[in-house]
Amino acid sequence: MSEYIIEQIKTGVFETLIMTFVSAFIAYAAGLPLGVVLYSTSKGHLLENRVVNGVVGLIVNILRSLPFLILLVLLIPFTRLVTGSSIGTTASIVPLTVGTIPIVARLVESSLCEVQPGIVEAATAMGASPLYIIVHFILPEATPSLIQGAAINVATVLGYSAMAGVIGGGGLGAIALQYGYYRYQETVLWTTVALLVVMVMVIQEAGTILEKRTRKN
Amino acid sequence: MSNVYELKNVYKTYRNDGKEFTALKDVSLNVVEGEIFGIIGMSGAGKSTLVRTLNRLEDVTGGTVEFYGRDLAGLSAGQLRKVRHSISMIFQGFNLLQQRTVIENVEQPLRISGIPRKKRKEIAREMLRVVGLEEKEKVFPARLSGGQRQRVAIARALASDPKVLLCDEATSALDPKITGEILELLQKINRERGLTIIIITHEMSVVEKICDRVAIIDDGELAEIGDVKEVFRQPRSRAARKLVFPANPFDPSSPDGRLIRIVFDGLAANEPFIANLVETTGKKVNILSANTKSVGGIGYGQMVLELPDDKKDQDIIVDFFKKNGLSVSEVELA
Repeated sequence: MSEYIIEQIKTGVFETLIMTFVSAFIAYAAGLPLGVVLYSTSKGHLLENRVVNGVVGLIVNILRSLPFLILLVLLIPFTRLVTGSSIGTTASIVPLTVGTIPIVARLVESSLCEVQPGIVEAATAMGASPLYIIVHFILPEATPSLIQGAAINVATVLGYSAMAGVIGGGGLGAIALQYGYYRYQETVLWTTVALLVVMVMVIQEAGTILEKRTRKN
Repeated sequence: MSNVYELKNVYKTYRNDGKEFTALKDVSLNVVEGEIFGIIGMSGAGKSTLVRTLNRLEDVTGGTVEFYGRDLAGLSAGQLRKVRHSISMIFQGFNLLQQRTVIENVEQPLRISGIPRKKRKEIAREMLRVVGLEEKEKVFPARLSGGQRQRVAIARALASDPKVLLCDEATSALDPKITGEILELLQKINRERGLTIIIITHEMSVVEKICDRVAIIDDGELAEIGDVKEVFRQPRSRAARKLVFPANPFDPSSPDGRLIRIVFDGLAANEPFIANLVETTGKKVNILSANTKSVGGIGYGQMVLELPDDKKDQDIIVDFFKKNGLSVSEVELA
C-alpha cells in the first residue's frame, strides 16, 4: 500500500470514530427518553397510556424497519438542511443518528423491562411518584444492562457508518468502497475490514467490562 | 385503642378480556393500634389483594378502606403518596435495589420524603442497628443471605417512622429457623415501638407464633376473625379448621367407626383425661394422632380419636369429654 493510502486509512479511522461516537452519543441522548416513554407507557407500567405508547411505538417501528441505506437516501434533504451539505463526515452524522435512535429506544425499553416489578411496587408503596421511581429506582437498577445496550448501540453505529460511504460519507467505509471495491485493491479492502472488526470488538469488550464492573448482583 | 384500619364491605373485582374475577367479597374488619394482626389463607384466597388495598396498591371496587378514619379512595395522588410514608411494606421477594448498598436502600424512603443527607444517614444507621446489621451498611444486597436481606427491608420499612407495617408473605422465602428469627424481630419491634403490624401468610405457624388476632380469608371472603387463641381453640369455619388442624391421615378402621377431634387448652392440658375416661366409663378409644404446641404462651393441643363401633358407647365417650370442658368436633374425612 502506498504512503498516500495509509494516510487515507488513518484519516478514515479517525473519521469513523468521530461519526460513530458523535452519532451514538446524540442517538443515545434522544433514544433514552424515548425508551423510558415506551417502557413506562406500556401495559401494566407506571404511566400506562395506550395512545402515547402506540404512537411512539409505531414511529420507532417504521424507522427501524427501513433499511439503513434507504434511510440514508431519504434523509438527504434533511441532512442538507441541518449541516448544509449531504456528503462528508459531518453530514453522515445526521442519518446515522436518526437511524440509531429507534434502536436505542428499543434497547433501553428492554433493559428497563428487566427490572423486577417488585422494585416498582416497593417504591410505589413507599410513596414515590412515577417520575421519582423512574429516575431513582428503575434507571439505577437497569444501569448495568443499559451500559451493555449502549455498547451494542455503538457497535451498530460503527457498522452503519461504513454504509454511509456509499452516498459520500467519510470514514473507513468510503475508503473500502473507493479503493477496495471500485479499484479492486484487495489489500485496502481487507485492511479496512480488519480495522472495523477490531474496532467493534474493542467497543464490545469495553462495554462488557464496564457492565461487569457496575453490576453489583 | 383506636382503629388503624377499618374495612367496610370491601369488594375487589378484576376485569380481564370481558371476564370477571372477584378477588375479595364483602370483607369487613378492623385493625387496632399496637396489635399484630394476621391475615391467613390458602394461596389464591385473596389475601395479597387484601393487603394491597391497605396502601391502595390496589383500588377497591366496592366498600371503603379507612386508615385512621380517612377513606383511602378519597385521596388525591399527592395525598396518597404522603399517607404511604406512614404505611410501610415488606415483601416475600425483599424488593431491595440490587445496585445500591444496604444503607442506600434503607435511606430510600427518607430520600423520597426529602430529608437531608446527614439526617438520612443517621436514621438509616439507627435502623440498621435495630435489625442488627450495622456492620453491613456498605455491602450490596447480593452479598447477603435471605434473612439478612429481609432485615434490610425491615430497616428500610422502619426508616420512615411508619404507623403500620404490612408484611406480605415476608417469611415465605425463608427457612424455618430464619423465619423464627425474623418473626422475633417483628415482635420486638411491635413491643418496643408500639408499631402496628399486619402479617399476610399461608403458614399457620407464623400466626400462632406472633399474632394477637387473625382473619381467615377463604375464596375472597372473610371466613373467620378473632383472637388467635380463640380461633385455635375453637375454629368455627371450615377454612379455619383446615388451617388449624393438620390433615388427618387415617380412615376409620370399620364402616361404623367414628373419628372425633378433641381440643384442649392450657387448663385441660394437664389433665390425664384419656385415663380418666377409661376409669370412669370403662370405654376405650384409639388415639390416631396428637400434638401440642404453645400459642401465645398457652399450652394447646388436639387429638384425633377413633371411637368404638357401638353407637351408645360413642355417645357416652363424647358426653364425657364435653362434661370435662373439652371441645369435641367430628373429623372431616379427606
